[in-house]
Amino acid sequence: MSDFTDGFWSLYVAGLTLVSIVACAVLLTIQHKKRAPGQTVDTTGHEWDEDLAEYNNPLPKWWMWLFWITIVFGLVYLALYPGLGNFKGVLGWSSTGQYKAEQAAADANYGPVFQKYAAMEIPAIAADPKAKVMGERLFLTYCSQCHGSDARGAKGYPNLADGDWLWGGEPQAILATILDGRTGVMPPMGAAVGGPEGVKEVANYVLSLSGAAHDAKLAEAGKAKFAACAACHGPEAKGNPALGAPNLTDGIWLHGGSLAAISAQIDQGRTNLMPAHKDFLGPERSRILAAYVWGLSQVPAGAK
Amino acid sequence: MSDTQYNYKVVRQFAVMTVIWGIVGMLVGVLIAAQLAWPALNFDIPWLSYGRLRPLHTNAVIFAFGGSALFATSYYAVQRTCHARLFGGPLVAFTFWGWQVVILAAAITLPLGFTSAKEYAELEWPIDILIALVWVAYAIVFFGTIATRKVKHIYVANWFFGAFILTVAILHIVNSAAVPAGLLKSYSAYAGVQDAMVQWWYGHNAVGFFLTAGFLGMMYYFIPKQAGRPVYSYRLSIVHFWALIFTYMWAGPHHLHYTALPDWAQSIGMIFSLILLAPSWGGMINGIMTLSGAWHKLRTDPILKFLIVSLSFYGMSTFEGPMMSIKTVNALSHYTDWTVGHVHSGALGWVAMISVGSLYYLLPRLFGRTEMYSVRAITLHFWITTIGIVLYIASMWIAGVMQGLMWRAVNEDGTLTYTFVESVKATYPYYVIRLVGGTLVFSGMLVMAWNMVKTITAGKAVEATIPPVAAGSGLDAPAHA
Repeated sequence: MSDFTDGFWSLYVAGLTLVSIVACAVLLTIQHKKRAPGQTVDTTGHEWDEDLAEYNNPLPKWWMWLFWITIVFGLVYLALYPGLGNFKGVLGWSSTGQYKAEQAAADANYGPVFQKYAAMEIPAIAADPKAKVMGERLFLTYCSQCHGSDARGAKGYPNLADGDWLWGGEPQAILATILDGRTGVMPPMGAAVGGPEGVKEVANYVLSLSGAAHDAKLAEAGKAKFAACAACHGPEAKGNPALGAPNLTDGIWLHGGSLAAISAQIDQGRTNLMPAHKDFLGPERSRILAAYVWGLSQVPAGAK
Repeated sequence: MSDTQYNYKVVRQFAVMTVIWGIVGMLVGVLIAAQLAWPALNFDIPWLSYGRLRPLHTNAVIFAFGGSALFATSYYAVQRTCHARLFGGPLVAFTFWGWQVVILAAAITLPLGFTSAKEYAELEWPIDILIALVWVAYAIVFFGTIATRKVKHIYVANWFFGAFILTVAILHIVNSAAVPAGLLKSYSAYAGVQDAMVQWWYGHNAVGFFLTAGFLGMMYYFIPKQAGRPVYSYRLSIVHFWALIFTYMWAGPHHLHYTALPDWAQSIGMIFSLILLAPSWGGMINGIMTLSGAWHKLRTDPILKFLIVSLSFYGMSTFEGPMMSIKTVNALSHYTDWTVGHVHSGALGWVAMISVGSLYYLLPRLFGRTEMYSVRAITLHFWITTIGIVLYIASMWIAGVMQGLMWRAVNEDGTLTYTFVESVKATYPYYVIRLVGGTLVFSGMLVMAWNMVKTITAGKAVEATIPPVAAGSGLDAPAHA
């Protein structure tokens, strides 16, 4: 479809806009008629369906004023704001400009509150009660949709409070996850492990790693085929945080721990995404957020 | 089937289906209102889920209930004010059966999840084509009847019905243009922000022409008839008709404030929405002032109560609409339940009440009676509906303003004071009140259905002979009498 970039369209739409408004004004003017004092109103003389008729009362005055006010307002608004084709309006307002101005005002207003934490170590921020409150608010606004209000996650969305980390739980690793996001990719392994039968065997072997109920015979057969998985999950299946490959021995399952769920995962693979927040939240807020998330799984000294 | 008689059969068919589709559409509305308060009520069944039933509700109440009401009343009014039988022969029956097939197809495909994802235009392309065919037939029947009229002047109700039929045809065909990718899947002919603009040009004019101009046609016939008084001002009807037609077309962009739509288009949407206030109120004034000299009838006649209160709701929502189109107000109201309240003050207060009032006038006349089986049941229906609507829109106003304020509240560090789920939790009591209001309106329709059945069984389908044209109003009348 055309993007109507030709200058003609600006004139065209501006002209149509003005004609439509002026037409209302013309209509009002030509139909403006006062009732002479003492004059009574008659019907138009037309009759339909036995008894339908119309009086010809003049337009109510207050109503005409209302109409005129909106017409004048419309014309004044079009002079001040963008509206008539390419004409930018006398005020030079734009929604992008308004957005940028509001953001600049917010940065000037709230920036200093966050600035003070920019140079602090993340564990120190986590210990700061004020930062903790701010971190919680940020979490509830930006993270809770996926990870839940209590940060305990849901299927497909990791639990952030259990001390188990896909990409590493050090403060800097968490900050990197927030800033740049993560893309976890598990390729489809169905063919590599030998088709549906192989998938079943490997799945049973994987179940055996965390001591879950499994078929020992199939698991034994799957053990050899697990070599195809070891590249990412490691020979002992303890995972690899550099790749986001999960530990398969700890009984924590992001996409379900049933035989069916694990088999589907092996067969079809999966891509899981944590979006980057760098441009959206900025480094200062991300830092406070990282401290809050890191703090969720830290047992305070002496608490045990 | 003589040319000396009006075609009442198709009017009867559409009138009865109006009540039936009203009950169906509002029942779905009640269910999804309950789901918002208690989400478990979707029973984990995909085709009972909110996302699929919501378009079913809107399609059923707008196009099945509202559409049938418009067909019934326009067919009745155009014949009687033209003193001519409906034009088009078999096309008349085609509009009835075709429209019912469209509704059934919608009732099947929407719960199954087939949707073009355009609001109020969700139906997939084969159904869209059938709609277009029915609509063209409707236009031929309606304008053909006008062309074969025996009176010189075209009555004001017919201007509005005509504008509604013509514009809806254009809106539907342009907005539904799509590239099919299978029998029940298609892609819009437009892309990105242009698609959004076409959609809301359609969406707001569906409100303006389907839900306003058509029902103003209804108002201009049934209010003077029921009140037994001439229309207040011919002059006012000319001005507000043309002003309405001129300005509604431009108002769509107010649905896209603060989006990727260019600023100039947003501005135009806003100013034309404001200019719409007076033309909209022109219709309300003309209807309400028609009662001058007959105000006492309002005390005793429940049909007039329906008709006049519908105009009050029309006036309220057409004041509210322009206010909500102002960018600053819209920044608060958009995406909240205020919008839902606004829509229902128009849809229940104006559209449903004027339709119900008109049907109470129409039904006995179609079945050889002078009035409905029970006039007291009409009064009961009126009060149940009015209380229900007030509960509905008041709860949604409060909920909407509350949501808008909660979403924008910030702490001293600039973080949001409330999480989204807190605003959902705070809305819970208002969702329950809304459900009570909606249930009341729905119960009113059941009362109406009972009254209709009693009226039909106590009466008998009749045909009416076309009466002679009043002296001086015939085709040979002078142009300006």
